[in-house]
Amino acid sequence: MTGAVPLHTHARVSGVDRPEILKVLSPEEAVGSHLPPQDVLLFAEGIDGPSLTRPGDAPARVEDLRDRRVIRPGDVVRLRPGGSLVSVLYRRGSTSNTLFATERCNSLCLMCSQPPRDEDDRWRVDEMLRVISLVDREELQLGITGGEPTLLGEDLARVLDAISVYLPDTQVQILTNGRTFADAALAERLATIHRDRTVWAVPLYGDVARLHDEVVDVEGAFRETLDGLYQLGRLRARVEIRVVLHQLTIPRLAQLSAFIYRRLPFVNHVALMGLEPMGFAKTNRDRLWIDPADYQAELAAAVFHLAARGLPVSIYNLPLCVLDRRLWPFARQSISGWKNIYPPDCKDCVVRDHCAGFFASAGPTWRSRAVRPFQFEEFAA
Amino acid sequence: MLDAIDGVRLAERPYELAPSRRDDLEARGLLTPLGSADWSELERAAHRTRKSFLLDGPALHIFVVTLRCDHSCQYCQVSRAALTAQGFDMSLTDAEAALDRVFESPSPTLTIEFQGGEPALRFDLVRHIVESAVRRNAEAGRTLRFSMVSTLHHLGSDELAFCREHGIHLSTSIDGPAQLHDAQRPNPTRDAHARTLEGLARAREVLGGDGVVALPTVTRAALADPIGLVEHYRALGFRSIFLRPVSPYGFARKTKRVHGYDMDAFVGFYVRALDHILNLNAQGEPFEEIYAGILLRHILTPFHSGYVDLRSPAGAGLGVLVYNYDGQVYPSDEARMVAETGDRRLALGDVQTSLDELLDSPAMAWLRQGAVAEELPGCDRCAFVPFCGADPVYHGAIHGDPVGDRATSEFCAKHMGLFRHLFRSIADGDPTTLRTFTAWALGKSRTDIAEPGYVER
Ligand code: SF4
Ligand code: SF4
Repeated sequence: MTGAVPLHTHARVSGVDRPEILKVLSPEEAVGSHLPPQDVLLFAEGIDGPSLTRPGDAPARVEDLRDRRVIRPGDVVRLRPGGSLVSVLYRRGSTSNTLFATERCNSLCLMCSQPPRDEDDRWRVDEMLRVISLVDREELQLGITGGEPTLLGEDLARVLDAISVYLPDTQVQILTNGRTFADAALAERLATIHRDRTVWAVPLYGDVARLHDEVVDVEGAFRETLDGLYQLGRLRARVEIRVVLHQLTIPRLAQLSAFIYRRLPFVNHVALMGLEPMGFAKTNRDRLWIDPADYQAELAAAVFHLAARGLPVSIYNLPLCVLDRRLWPFARQSISGWKNIYPPDCKDCVVRDHCAGFFASAGPTWRSRAVRPFQFEEFAA
Repeated sequence: MLDAIDGVRLAERPYELAPSRRDDLEARGLLTPLGSADWSELERAAHRTRKSFLLDGPALHIFVVTLRCDHSCQYCQVSRAALTAQGFDMSLTDAEAALDRVFESPSPTLTIEFQGGEPALRFDLVRHIVESAVRRNAEAGRTLRFSMVSTLHHLGSDELAFCREHGIHLSTSIDGPAQLHDAQRPNPTRDAHARTLEGLARAREVLGGDGVVALPTVTRAALADPIGLVEHYRALGFRSIFLRPVSPYGFARKTKRVHGYDMDAFVGFYVRALDHILNLNAQGEPFEEIYAGILLRHILTPFHSGYVDLRSPAGAGLGVLVYNYDGQVYPSDEARMVAETGDRRLALGDVQTSLDELLDSPAMAWLRQGAVAEELPGCDRCAFVPFCGADPVYHGAIHGDPVGDRATSEFCAKHMGLFRHLFRSIADGDPTTLRTFTAWALGKSRTDIAEPGYVER
């Protein structure tokens, strides 16, 4: 298997007495940097792999990285005192950098890849603020995820304020179930900061309450999400609708696309997404799994409905070989680099460079029977 | 689409519908799930979107610059005066006053349409009005459009150059092949068809191939050959046709025995013409029936077509105003024709009166009683009402009451017939037809809609 550079590794860490979030810079770049020395780790490539040193009066060192690929100049890393774990919180050049807002959530989706925990984790707000101040100013995009980020309320407003100050040109994508935005005042507070560069990505699983509420496991959630979407539309916020494709959502997928066109014609993008085999999705496999090869007709009906009506639509997380050929132009390489793999069969596949591949967590039971490499001959005119 | 049995179930025992059918209806707001009888904000917003024309005020302003015409069509005696008659032209003062009214309308888009009679007989007045409107708009900053309904006979290269300069859209009447057209539209030299074709060629040279649209008046004589009519339009190089029954107004009523017919006959004609047009599209030749396009936009999209004659609340007065040659203002062209027969109930007032006063006139108050389709007896329980409209002018003129009686209403018979046919075709689900319908509804070319995707049924 190839791909997937992880976001964590172990190393010998010395000289830190509290959790530190620091910017890794090459010595050349550090010279011109506006950052004070105590915020920086200088990157040096040695025979035994890279080592990192904090200059100045509070020297710290990171050596003997178990996976040499994990940390590169430009990254933002977290060091913990007395521990060997080094985590990358921002990776320069990655298109999938994400701030983790909270583990709390007000929904409990059947296929949640990041099952919520009801713990007080407000310390994450300071961590996010810190990371934002260390991200490259030229960074094109940054995500915010959870849990349900909007549960932070005013604290999320602080985070967005910081982004608009430190990263005024960065596109931000926030994953939210949109329910809290049924509160018009909160919607107005949050959706007007950094407005033109923020996309609120809101999942919708059905065109009727029964279905959506079943998938997110909260009665009344459908109504709240629709009210929230209405507020976002009213505030001219940018909105993406996300639909995860599985056994429960497929039967009414086409109808859902029509519902989006009729009720939410203001949305900027619709993403139809293959299932990520993580978290609850694994526990609920029996209720959720359907081979993508078996839902191509439903997927095509929805995609073409939206496309013909001028709503931009993409297919995420599905490899090309399982897709109806007519749908290839809509497929995106959407899986974050650090969890994206291509199994050995893909080695000789001629469309590999355009293919989304697989989640690293997808074992054989999550693989479509349609997976197979393509050869040049198949594309000869 | 609901079949008859599901229709009854929906009305009386919704719990007996198949679950997936119930879901379809619930998602479209046609059936409310237990315990949530209220509309969500989004449903309200969707409703506002469909009715957004309401906030704008009158957008279409029709100027009857002269009633004179050199044709004497049997179905149109009301709308014409003899070529040399005196006192049938609009005065400059009235024209300027009418422009005051136009710019009093808050509508962000304004269309000024010239009608007659034959407006080209007073092209000097057309010029004056266009130039004055453009001057006024330099400050008003609206989206300003012009159009003109003409036989094209009197438009020479100077006039056409002016049309091009100001983007004046031309529409003309072609009733069918020469024999039919000349019989229905006699001019002194009995060569109306030939001269319209000459005018068409001149106009296309200046304005481009799609610079002129045409529509036939479908009389009883035309009913026999729908395919021939469509073929005639094709042969003339048109890529669309607007099929409308002959208007039941004014003097034309006296000749109804000769030219009129039951609306069922028109619907039968329409269905055959539409079938033929759909076949052309299926064979790869884009050709549009404009009225189907309007109805399908209402059916298949969340938006209104903008068409003023099929709205609820009705477009009369609220969406369109007609400034007659004599300085009287009417809520629609039909109202003007009715008034020409002596029925003055539909006159809003004099063009020197402010727009607010005109819209506050007794005539408007009278029409309002029948302006909201959702509240009219019959329409209030009709499955087609979201896509249909109200026509208080027609019902006021023919039934004597703007509310009207659906059982004998030709407006209703026509729309009932067309909606039934279109919904049946959608339910049949032939992919080629759905592709054509989707393209029309979305106002796109059929080649842009390679795959219509899911179509609600
Ligand atoms: S075989 Fe080719 S198309 Fe299929 S998953 Fe691998 S790279 Fe993608
Ligand atoms: S079809 Fe007839 S009853 Fe139905 S809404 Fe139209 S006019 Fe009214």
